[in-house]
Amino acid sequence: MLALEMFRSLPRHVAGKAVGARMPGVLSGYAAPLRLVTIDQPHVAKPGWARLRSRLSGICGSDLGALSGRSSLYFSGLVSMPLVPGHEVVAELLDDCEDLSAGSRVVVDPILRCQARGVASCESCRAGATNRCDRVTVGHLSPGLQTGFCADTGGGWGEILVAHRSQLHVVPDTFSDEQAILVEPLACAVHTALRAQVGANDKVLVSGAGSVGLLTTFALRELTDGGEITVVAKHPHQRELARAFGATDVVAPDHVLRGVRRATGAFQVEPDYSRPFLLGGVDVAVDAVGSRESLETALHATRAGGRVVLSGMPVPADLSAAWFRELEVVGSYGSAEREPGAGGRGAFDIALDLMDSSAVQDVAASVASYPLHRWREALDHAHSAGRLGTVKVAFDPRRSA
Amino acid sequence: MSRPGFVLEVDDRTPPLVVHEGEGFRLESFPHGTRVIYPPESLPTVPDVDEAISQALLHPLDSEPLPALLRPGMRLTIAFDDLSIPLPPMRAPDIRARIIEAVLTMAADAGVDDVQLIAANALHRRMTADEIKHIVGERVFRSFFPQGQLYNHDAEDHENLTHVGLTDRGEDVEINRRAAESDLLVYVNVNLVAMDGGHKSVPIGLASYRSLRHHHNAKTMVASHSFMDHTRSHLHHSAWRMGRMLSDHLKIFQIETTLNNDVFPDNYKFLMKREWEWSLRDQGSMLAARRGLAVAPSRVRHRMFHDLRAPYGLTGINAGETEAVHEKTIETVHRQQLVEVQGQTDVLVMGVAYLGPYNVNSTMNPILATCMALGYYFNSYRGQPLVRRGGAVIVYHPMRADFNQLHHPSYVDFYEEVLAESTDPLVVEEKFEQQYATDPWYVHLYRTSHAYHGVHPFYMWYWAAHAMDHVDDVIWVGADPATVRRLGFRAASTLADALEMASSTVGPDPSISYLHNPPHLIADVR
Repeated sequence: MLALEMFRSLPRHVAGKAVGARMPGVLSGYAAPLRLVTIDQPHVAKPGWARLRSRLSGICGSDLGALSGRSSLYFSGLVSMPLVPGHEVVAELLDDCEDLSAGSRVVVDPILRCQARGVASCESCRAGATNRCDRVTVGHLSPGLQTGFCADTGGGWGEILVAHRSQLHVVPDTFSDEQAILVEPLACAVHTALRAQVGANDKVLVSGAGSVGLLTTFALRELTDGGEITVVAKHPHQRELARAFGATDVVAPDHVLRGVRRATGAFQVEPDYSRPFLLGGVDVAVDAVGSRESLETALHATRAGGRVVLSGMPVPADLSAAWFRELEVVGSYGSAEREPGAGGRGAFDIALDLMDSSAVQDVAASVASYPLHRWREALDHAHSAGRLGTVKVAFDPRRSA
Repeated sequence: MSRPGFVLEVDDRTPPLVVHEGEGFRLESFPHGTRVIYPPESLPTVPDVDEAISQALLHPLDSEPLPALLRPGMRLTIAFDDLSIPLPPMRAPDIRARIIEAVLTMAADAGVDDVQLIAANALHRRMTADEIKHIVGERVFRSFFPQGQLYNHDAEDHENLTHVGLTDRGEDVEINRRAAESDLLVYVNVNLVAMDGGHKSVPIGLASYRSLRHHHNAKTMVASHSFMDHTRSHLHHSAWRMGRMLSDHLKIFQIETTLNNDVFPDNYKFLMKREWEWSLRDQGSMLAARRGLAVAPSRVRHRMFHDLRAPYGLTGINAGETEAVHEKTIETVHRQQLVEVQGQTDVLVMGVAYLGPYNVNSTMNPILATCMALGYYFNSYRGQPLVRRGGAVIVYHPMRADFNQLHHPSYVDFYEEVLAESTDPLVVEEKFEQQYATDPWYVHLYRTSHAYHGVHPFYMWYWAAHAMDHVDDVIWVGADPATVRRLGFRAASTLADALEMASSTVGPDPSISYLHNPPHLIADVR
């Protein structure tokens, strides 16, 4: 089968780390440790596993982070190479899988939890917090925290992948593939919104208006009693979308502190040779980018005792504010099979319920898809999605034959 | 003998005319038939300033002489206009210093020892010690400032405000407690333009936001026709109601002064002359100034203008009961500034110079430039606006989005947040004014730093409300297009382009009038 394969390459890793973020053209042309290959189909001969044909698979910020060497080496112990990326997947079952018949259209919850790995459930999985599974490196699969990061399962950037029944959610017939591809990121956004524990009329800052930021804004608006939601958006179309997804206010990155200060009546401090910060600020901030600037913005704009949620994959940043303002820094990774903040409902189920929104449908209509052999263009596009007015870029392996 | 104001009709013989544009000026060739309205030349000044002050204090209007109002053991407060007038700042000694010294001398003679001096800065920024010293003079400053008896009014110091009551229209009258509880309040004014003085002095200069909001709002300002005519200005009507109420509670001794039109020192005198009368020396000064400004870095240009001190001369001083005094004052202001103009115009052209009341030693940001053009210059009329309803206004100013962070912090937010959402004065008032007026950070900066109050940019925008309501097109020449768009206006690179753009509003062959100021003038439109 045809697939994009990510492989170990120290020179490319270093080159990607050096220039990938600034010069995505170099990343996709020369530096990315990615190649289009013909490989054997993945196969897991264990109960509950089945083959899927990928219909559409999104390019996520974490994929770009891994390809550009910006991801922390912390994660190197949680993946196995070579791998086929792609964890945002809408696919079609090729085999019967327990109660699901071949031909069913499904989306994949990519977490490779205990049940998929054939090991006794860890404490987290028993509680339904599958995203916190402690067994992601063991069992009858190679290490890999998710589908798309495991050498054995394949991923959505290949024609065929395998998945466990516990990972599959049937897509209603009324959904297009482009809508369905947004279910996984929306489920993550649902999890983030619930992790944020936003109180009634709390003021919230969402730093970033890419797909993560927009969907998180939407989930916060739909699932919490929060008051004002301020979204940091760089590009004009992001500003419009943020409002459509429920933002009360949208500010440019250069004006975040000013905007938050205005909205909350906080005081601003200008330290020597460092970034300004607020005394006072929002009750909850969500970093939906995973850059140093974005994380520090969230930390600097949150009131003492407030909460900062790490939704984007974090990078090193100045944590002085977390200490001095006694901030609660909360991670938000993936989504859970049973969300404690939603009465035990799964994040995917909640996300599927939210998909009818016109704002989500508008974003789905703008999904840009590429065949696998145009992967360089696709990565370029994904890197510049904000500037180019796109929320989600995806691969369509069916067009690659 | 000074010549009165003058309306020139541009023809073949008319040379290019000076048009101010921020920290610079240009020579502009206007289309034939353009009416150019020049201010009157400076009136003769009083021959002996100290004698005139003494006469005013000893022979006041509708009041006992000042010495008769002074007695031992009394509380005397002297309030005075802040640095927003005159413009440019007056060459030392400032007329206020000379008056305050005279008042203090009489107070000392009468054995008054409880005296405090308050700068009536309302919601303007606190003046620095040097700025206060320039106004009150070295001697007064040294005697009172270190002891804390000479200070800026603080409109957010609620413990030191007194709510005197409500007018018959329900308007709160709240002013500085020290002033309200004094046995005598002496107010020292500089009546630079007709909108100053009268009951605008105490009820506004020493007031709080709670009081000011009753007249500094979009509705009142749209209905003030114009600010330069207190009999037809709703803003002034409100201030007059408050002032009359205050007069029932408090003895106010108003001292008002009027100045001539000598706004520029010798090197820049050509700016006050009619261009065809420029001498060789004037032409040399003009060329030197233009060349210098062309090559000077912006900081140097800023200094070149902001260091100017005007050699104003005193044309009159009156003291006593506020309204009686103000009537005399306005007569003199009109003699100095009124120019008779026959009929309205389709297009009004104005150049906004470097200096306004709220950017002394600071930056004229786009909101202040708008206030200068559409608030003050547009309203420099008596009778009816110089431009017809539905006409167009063309203004010269660079309109760069430069803001002084020390003086105008809330202006930055007003520009970025409020104007991005709406430029309609009524909408911004409804949605944002309260937030800005009560923002604790702005309050903090107003009280402890040198920042204008958080609500101040709103007031600047309201000043322009009458013009925005009256004309259909506002075009800025030589302005930054992005900034102008944010403000809801249009930008053109030349006068010809601006007239071409305005043709959609006023037709291809409009009547044009150019308001040639400074010096200040009021168009008496018949």
